[in-house]
Amino acid sequence: MKVRIDVDACVGAGQCVLAAPDVFDQRDEDGMVVLLLEEPPAELEAATEHAALLCPALAIVVDR
Amino acid sequence: MSETTVDTPADLATFPTARDSGCPFDPPAEYAELRAQEGTPALACPVGVDARVVSRYADVRAMLGDPNLSSHAAPSTHVVAGGLLDRPVAPGSLLNMDGPGHARLRRLLTPEFTVKRIQAMRPYVQGLVDDHLDALLARTGPVDLVADFALPIPSLVICELLGVDYADRDRFQEQTAVLIGTNSDPAALEQANLEVVGFMTQLVLTKLAAPGDDLLGRLIVRARESGQELSVEELVTLGITLLIAGHETTANMIGLSTLALLRQPGQLAALRADPGLAGTAVDEMLRYLSIVQFGVLRQATGDLTIGDETIRAGEWLVAVLSAGNRDESVFPDPDRIDLKREATAHLAFGYGIHQCLGQQLARVELQEVFARLHQRIPTLRLAVPFEEIEFKNDALVYGVRALPVTWDREEDDR
Ligand code: HEM
Ligand code: SF4
Repeated sequence: MKVRIDVDACVGAGQCVLAAPDVFDQRDEDGMVVLLLEEPPAELEAATEHAALLCPALAIVVDR
Repeated sequence: MSETTVDTPADLATFPTARDSGCPFDPPAEYAELRAQEGTPALACPVGVDARVVSRYADVRAMLGDPNLSSHAAPSTHVVAGGLLDRPVAPGSLLNMDGPGHARLRRLLTPEFTVKRIQAMRPYVQGLVDDHLDALLARTGPVDLVADFALPIPSLVICELLGVDYADRDRFQEQTAVLIGTNSDPAALEQANLEVVGFMTQLVLTKLAAPGDDLLGRLIVRARESGQELSVEELVTLGITLLIAGHETTANMIGLSTLALLRQPGQLAALRADPGLAGTAVDEMLRYLSIVQFGVLRQATGDLTIGDETIRAGEWLVAVLSAGNRDESVFPDPDRIDLKREATAHLAFGYGIHQCLGQQLARVELQEVFARLHQRIPTLRLAVPFEEIEFKNDALVYGVRALPVTWDREEDDR
């Protein structure tokens, strides 16, 4: 699985950080999404997909 | 309401607002009919325009995720008879701004609401909830859980967030309670409104002169440093937006969800036995109660597609959050409370660029309340018959006006 983020689209609601804290974080200075793991391991795939589903700005794209 | 009385689904003509299923926690029964109906019907709204009504979960997300929408009218104006749809948007009014102006302001504020920053407020919230429970437990006789618990907690959290001096918090809390309570008479409301605006202006001027380590102080510095200095007017409007958006909603959720759980002893017992359930429980109750009860209003600024229908520029649209949250294709058995349900993808905080900025804070507040209230007062129960509870049927944010409760005191046991 490969993950891409679109920081310009992000609205900083933090849904991804709650859903998959090992994969996403938020920058301290502006609250925008940070991708911690571009290729999350198998055990984090479900949480990563859930984060992409939750994101209100469609800022997370998951390629399988 | 119009004279039209035809009530077959295809002929629904006016936007339904009456909760008529017999259960005060269920949205108007017609919302289910709307979900079942094809397309997005144009219904007459109390404000005096027809709006395309969007009720299915996937459609609500498609709509609110579309960039061709304006929020210039306040979120639920469609149900306000005599409401103004074309009021100029006040500078700093985040909820009503669009496009780059909205994005710029939202980004200046977002660092204050990151998951990390809000988690750091959890101990404060815990202490606040415990202090209020201590005060309740010291009382004899029934108490109103709305006035003495649900209203003050979110108000004090906003004080902490904005950096209001401890000495001023009592006054601030009294005035905002009047402003938000629906029991206040118009003169008292007007007075409280003036007081809150005056208070916020004073606070903003103080922070501008000496920005402290609090939301307003950091916001002022951040805006200055990035060359986007905010005016006094913008800062006051933002402060009041945070106050209203964060206080009324959270307070109503505390009151209404406590009542709904008291009516579901099985679910409540599970929560009492395992306070760790508070995490999923909060999102499930947000979904189930969907307190922004009539949804949010938008106007199309360009053509957009929802399902197979094209909505034209200029048309009004309503995303009925409570209808989408009872969509059985996403939430099986949607009219049932299931505190273990994975409901985080609910629409109670909206969707798209305006999705609630304060949602992580609201979650922390509600989680601490859910986990602590029933642990510390395990015999909590209504002090009046359920039928006597008054619901805010006409308010934009649903809730109960008062919640008289009582519990077994030790004296009673002897
Ligand atoms: C249970 C509690 C809450 C509920 C149900 C709730 C619900 C909502 C909803 C539905 C929206 C979107 C409105 C729209 O799309 O037009 C929204 C936006 C907003 N909420 Fe909340 N909210 C809650 C708590 C809070 C708290 C605690 C705060 C802050 C302290 C807050 C601040 C905001 C702000 C600033 C916006 C506007 C965001 C924007 O326009 O970009 N809310 N809220
Ligand atoms: S969920 Fe989406 S909008 Fe929210 S912080 Fe993550 S990427 Fe940004």
